[in-house]
Amino acid sequence: MSHPATLAWLGRHEMRLGWRDWLSLMTAGRRRRGRTVVIALIVFVAFMHLLAWSMVGRYASTGIMPDKATLVMVSGTLLLSWSLLLSQAMESVTRAFYARSDLDLILTSPVSPRKVFSVRIARIAGSVALIAVFLAAPFINVLVAFGGLRWLAAYGVVAAMGTCAAALAVALTIAMFRTIGAKRTRLVAQIVAAVIGATFVIGLQVAAILSYGNLSRFSVLQSDWLIARAPNVESAIWWPARAVLGDPAALVAVVGISLALLGLSIAVFAGNFGNHVVAAAGVSNVPVRQRRWGQRFRRRSASRVLRHKEWTLLRRDPWLMSQTLMQILYLLPPALLLWKSFQGGIGAIIVLVPVVVMAAGQLGGGLAWLSISGEDAPDLVATAPIPPRRILGAKIEAVMGAVAMVFAPFIVALAFASAWAALVAGLGVLVGAASATLVQLCFRTQARRSQFRRRQTSSRIATFAEAFSSIAWAATAALAASGSWLALFPAIIAIGILAGVRLIAPPPSN
Amino acid sequence: MMNRSERPIALALRGLAKRFDRLAVDALDLTVYGGEFYALVGPNGAGKTTTLRMLVGLLRPDAGSIDIAGIDALANPVAAKQITAWLSDEPMIYDKLTPFEYLEFVAGLWRIDAGEAEARAHELLGWLGLAPHAHERCEGFSKGMRQKVALAGALVHDPKLIVLDEPLTGLDAGSARMVKNVLRERVSAGGTVIMTTHILEVAERMADRIGIIAAGRLIAEGTLDELRRQTGAAASSLEDTFLTLVAEQVAAE
Repeated sequence: MSHPATLAWLGRHEMRLGWRDWLSLMTAGRRRRGRTVVIALIVFVAFMHLLAWSMVGRYASTGIMPDKATLVMVSGTLLLSWSLLLSQAMESVTRAFYARSDLDLILTSPVSPRKVFSVRIARIAGSVALIAVFLAAPFINVLVAFGGLRWLAAYGVVAAMGTCAAALAVALTIAMFRTIGAKRTRLVAQIVAAVIGATFVIGLQVAAILSYGNLSRFSVLQSDWLIARAPNVESAIWWPARAVLGDPAALVAVVGISLALLGLSIAVFAGNFGNHVVAAAGVSNVPVRQRRWGQRFRRRSASRVLRHKEWTLLRRDPWLMSQTLMQILYLLPPALLLWKSFQGGIGAIIVLVPVVVMAAGQLGGGLAWLSISGEDAPDLVATAPIPPRRILGAKIEAVMGAVAMVFAPFIVALAFASAWAALVAGLGVLVGAASATLVQLCFRTQARRSQFRRRQTSSRIATFAEAFSSIAWAATAALAASGSWLALFPAIIAIGILAGVRLIAPPPSN
Repeated sequence: MMNRSERPIALALRGLAKRFDRLAVDALDLTVYGGEFYALVGPNGAGKTTTLRMLVGLLRPDAGSIDIAGIDALANPVAAKQITAWLSDEPMIYDKLTPFEYLEFVAGLWRIDAGEAEARAHELLGWLGLAPHAHERCEGFSKGMRQKVALAGALVHDPKLIVLDEPLTGLDAGSARMVKNVLRERVSAGGTVIMTTHILEVAERMADRIGIIAAGRLIAEGTLDELRRQTGAAASSLEDTFLTLVAEQVAAE
């Protein structure tokens, strides 16, 4: 048993909080779901191992030589994964600054803030490393099972990557605090985190399109051009890749450097972390004045008033906007492919149609959640003299209007290349977004808009139904764009999913 | 001054019932007259909030009827809502809208003429001391300011019946007085208020009649003097009267 207020005691407290947070995330706060979650996790882990076997099994049995091409490929994959870890770590650090929860208690207690925040930074590093290990474990296990124990070193590298990402995330976020201030950091850090998570993947795809005319990120990593220009195999830049491949010296170096970086980050930043938290606490007290041109009441119908309110709330919340529109970033590579393919015929364009439809489904689902479940004044709207169907109708119109505004330019551009593909994509966008909205409508629950990132945990069925209906409509659009009657099959599956959703949806609580 | 029985009925609940895992409201009969300030008091879990949520259409009763100024609220909810306002203890407003925009939104929902609503909004913002903050987003507002914005929203469409659930919770003395004054003024102008409160002093000072609810049933009702007479203690405070009546009810069960 550790003594109160020591590092070990605080560490235990943080671990308990972390565990309960994870548990609540998995079970959506319902304890009875425990058994279901365990079964789902077992199925997920088994599925991931199968997937890993299909992807890396052949490399494990044939053996991998640490030549330059392999080192480039492994390093590129590690960098790609690390960018996602850095994104996750920045999210965690930003949350640690702005989520009040127990910070009032901690900062008013006689425990040294340096001690408290040292433990908290270590917890962030630990949780990021754990997520990384959890996601990489199936691949490493397959490599160990078919390629030998030397692959166990990959666990060390993955944990080191997580630790390193957390250390850099703390430094980056605090640097933002000092340069742009507490208020802007809240938004900018989250956008930067999302962009970091997406940029590397998108960057590689863009490079692949410009060089080779396809969407595969591996085209770049396997290119002769890159291999020829990469440093030679003795360079320290390859240490992480060498460590993954079982080089013990490289592993010690990588783990050592990551721990040193984390230690440095704690030593430099933990002392002032409390001050930044206090600065962050004052952010919401700064009044934001709206421009005076909107000062007069306008004559509008109730539906229009509701639509206008939804759009205004979304427009004024850059964080929510960035979260919901992040899918659009993923449209950049297909847009580039479209531009590159104008002279290359219809073949490449057809590939774009399902991407657009899928993105529309995802965007529609997010906006529908915000509009329907994320209503911040539900009592006001429910007690207004408007039939509930009209209220829902106005909210659906707001969602579909926003989706149409986002995708219209893309569809118009597509029409110049192929009118048929544009027509199919346009219909797919509407149907995909409407389906995702219907799922959200069936599983609506009252929540704060700030819980947007956790919306998936409130109903797993809704999350899967939304994703699978989007995939089915994307497949329908792809087949329809290529003129195949087989498009009917995924369309029937999508309709079946939606019918199932309506059947199993809980009745509205009243 | 009109006698109570000569006034029109603003609200009539008959045999109202609602069950969750237990019976929350049990065949409740209640009448509130036009131009009356009615306070509903009772211990925690007595069914006060459930009753109010049913009458504004936020919960569907299992049995009974709700009549608001002659309109059957269950058969014709839209018409009933047109003349009713609801304000809960937790003000739900939009952080990213300004008070002015919030009132414009509410006026739009209630389909009030834009010019008329705008004039009323300016008047309410002035009364409630919100005029200097009319064009600031609500995200940085204190609980009291948020409650005032929500109250302005409840009043901007000039409702005949104002339904309030613990409207003074968490307000400082100044804000609480302001809210009380505004409500009294509405009653003087012919409006009807039904309000739940835990602060018995507020009920004692403000209400024309007080209803005491326990275990989902109305156990006593009347002016403070009428309630005192029921307990047989003519000079007792509402707190004493309330505790005696609730204790008698518990003993009877």
